[in-house]
Parts: sequence; structure tokens; C-alpha cells
Amino acid sequence: MTVIWAILILGALGLLFGILLAIAGKVFAVEVDPKEEAVLAACAGANCGACGYPGCAGYAAAVAKGEAPTNACVPGGDEAAKKIAEIMGVSAGAGEKYYAFVRCSGTCGHTKQKFDYEGLDSCIAAARLGGGSGANVCSFGCMGYGDCVAACPFDAMHIVDGIAQVDRSKCVGCMKCAEACPKNLIEKVPATSTDIVACRSTDKGPVVMKYCDKGCIGCQKCVRECPADAISMDGFLAVIDQTKCVNCGHCSDICPRHCIVDIR
Amino acid sequence: MLASLVSISLGAILVNNFVFSQFLGICPFMGVSNKMSTATGMSVAVIFVMTLASAICWVINTYLLIPLNLAFMQTVAFILVIAVLVQFVEMFLKKSIPALYSAMGIFLPLITTNCAVLGVVLLNTQNNYNFLESVVYGFTGGVGFALALVLFASIRERLEFADYPKAFEGFAICLVSAALFALAFMGFSGMKIM
Repeated sequence: MTVIWAILILGALGLLFGILLAIAGKVFAVEVDPKEEAVLAACAGANCGACGYPGCAGYAAAVAKGEAPTNACVPGGDEAAKKIAEIMGVSAGAGEKYYAFVRCSGTCGHTKQKFDYEGLDSCIAAARLGGGSGANVCSFGCMGYGDCVAACPFDAMHIVDGIAQVDRSKCVGCMKCAEACPKNLIEKVPATSTDIVACRSTDKGPVVMKYCDKGCIGCQKCVRECPADAISMDGFLAVIDQTKCVNCGHCSDICPRHCIVDIR
Repeated sequence: MLASLVSISLGAILVNNFVFSQFLGICPFMGVSNKMSTATGMSVAVIFVMTLASAICWVINTYLLIPLNLAFMQTVAFILVIAVLVQFVEMFLKKSIPALYSAMGIFLPLITTNCAVLGVVLLNTQNNYNFLESVVYGFTGGVGFALALVLFASIRERLEFADYPKAFEGFAICLVSAALFALAFMGFSGMKIM
């Protein structure tokens, strides 16, 4: 008899509470801004976080409140920016397209190794050894264990010939790879820039000469010959100011080390 | 009457503090005490839910479970009440006081699984408290939890800058300081209010 009462009472309580909650759910329902849902649908839905908000839903909420720009969805590109601007009733600001770029050209055969690395297949692990550069003699270059490949949600990053390379047809510029790289080699470059220094070594010229055939030695030839005065030196490394660059491609033609690359 | 309520209050806050003497609610105590702002948010939410749970559970226990000789079902019935209550409070706050809702954030749903809340309603029945005593015990139990959480959060904010051996880094030093706190609270044991 007690058992039946127990079942009855608990069942009744459960039913009562369930009904109460169902009613409360209707009474206390909070309306979600219909704009928010529409913006969420227009986003690429990759949850990559490139917009600076926690996921697509966070971005959609911020856009609906008018706090976020309508063109911040990087993987969605122009198309998403246009749709979101339409929903919000503002004119679409041109969302500039960016790509990731690995600033190293030290492919196999062009760089020297200090030792044979047999450890974990991960850049972060390798970077713990050899004074922070793994087996590489160059303390700036790509080690090629592919932490960026694992981090890329779009399969745009691959290790080719010992270093990471970006597949521009797949890259959306979310820069997840840059966060994964322990050497801070991956940079966000505008799609419009054509000539980029693919080296980050600020070592002196003779030092670079010893360990890499392709590293910037700071000869300043590009600085002298640039028609737009867009190139300056950071120590022994050439730096191109993309706001001044006129995309003539002269620097990549004359660089004796071929470390300024033309990605046209 | 008043004397017994004062006795219950001081007992719940200091002598039988839920965290330091009864070791209930340790997970939120460790989990959300790393910042003062989250600690106070959690404290307010716990006080709120403990008080309401004490009241509702007393009614269910006295008018439903005891007359039907179902006192052995207390635990499961109380868990049901607490879960529904937390859900209800969350919906209510989201609709009517959005500011408080966003301030409490994730802590509100977390209380569902807080053993201090279940502890307080079970202790109410064990001690045979009447309705008023139960509510007061629930409220002051929550205040005791809040006291422990706020005290510990202030210590942890200082621990960030303290210079202690490397081996104690992180969680270890927190457990050690929590243990010292519990020892200090043992000083209250044996106190009796007439």
C-alpha cells in the first residue's frame, strides 16, 4: 500500500511541477529579437570567433543590439555582410577580405637543423627544446609540426616541403592558426597586398647566411629601390608598409634572397 | 521563541557553518570563489534558493509526506522541489529582473546540484523545526554560506600575489587555506545561546 502511495504522490508532484513549469514557461517567455535570429541565419555559422564575439550567437545578439559592425563575419565575407546590413537596414560597409600568411620561406633543403627531433609531433612541444626553436637553427622560422594545420577549421593550412602553407582558396582569415603558432609566424594580410616579406628573422645578415638560404639578411636593397618608400628596416628585417605599397612587385623581383614573395 | 530563532541563526552562520563545519557545498565554494564579484553573485542566489526551498519543503513534508507515512521519500521529493524551484526562479528573474538574472548568470542553474541546499531542507526535518524556524534556518544557512564564500574569495584574491612555494601553486594552496579557515571556525564550536 505504501509503495502505491509513494508512486502516486511522487508522480502527482512531478505532474504538478511539470504543469507549473510549462505555464511559467509561457507566462515568463522572453521574446527574442527577430533580427537576432535573422542575423544568426545570415552568418557563416562556423563559430570561429573571428568577429571577436563568443560564437555566431554572441555576434548576432551584439549586431541586433547595434553594438557590433555588420561586416565583422569573416568567413561569411561580402555575402554575409550584405545580408546582415539588409536585415539591420544599414548600408553595407565593404568588409575587407583577409588571408592568413606564414612569414617563413625556409623550406626543406634551405635551412639547417641542430639535431634530429624525435619527440611529439607538435610545434608547442618542439618549441620547448633547442632554446625555443626545436631542431631549427633559425630561432624565428616555421618548425613544420602542424599545430596550425590542426587548428584550421577550414582545411586551408597544410605542411608543404617542411613549412606551413596557406591554401588561399579555402582560407577565410579567421586566424585560428595564428593563435596556435608558438613562433607567432602567421599574420593577417589584406587580400589586396601582393608582396610580403616571408621571413621574420631579425638576426644579423652573416648569422642568417649561415643557417638559411632564404632568410632576410637586411641588405636594404628593397628599401633603396622601392618607388613608393613603403619598405623600412626593423633591425635586420625588411618590413613593408601595406598602406604605402603600390603593388608594383619590384621588391620581390630584386630581392637577392627571394624572401619577399609575390603572391599574385 | 525569539531566543530560539537567534540561537538557530547564530548556529547556522557561525557554529555550524555549512561550509566550514558541515562541509556541504564545497564544490561551488571552491569553484566560484576566485573572484569577489562571482562570489557575491553566487551567495545572493544561494540565500534566495535556500530560503524558498526551506519553506516549500517544510510544507510538502508536513502536509504530504508525514501524514502518509512517506518520510523515507524526503530526499527524492526535496530534490524534485529544489530542481523545479531553481528552474522557476530562473524563468521569473529572466522575465522580470533581467539585470539580476544576468548578474547571477550561470550560478543560478548551478545551485540545483548544490548539496548545501539539500542539506538545509533535510536538517530542517531532522531537527523538527516548525515553519518559521525552517525559513530562518534556510535564510541564515545561506548567509553562513555567503560569509564563507566572500571571506574565501577575498583570501584567494590576495593569494594571487602571495609568495608561496611552487609546489603549492593553484588548487593546493586553496585547499590548505580552506582547511585553516575550517580550523578557525572550530573556535565557535561549543558556543551556546540560552
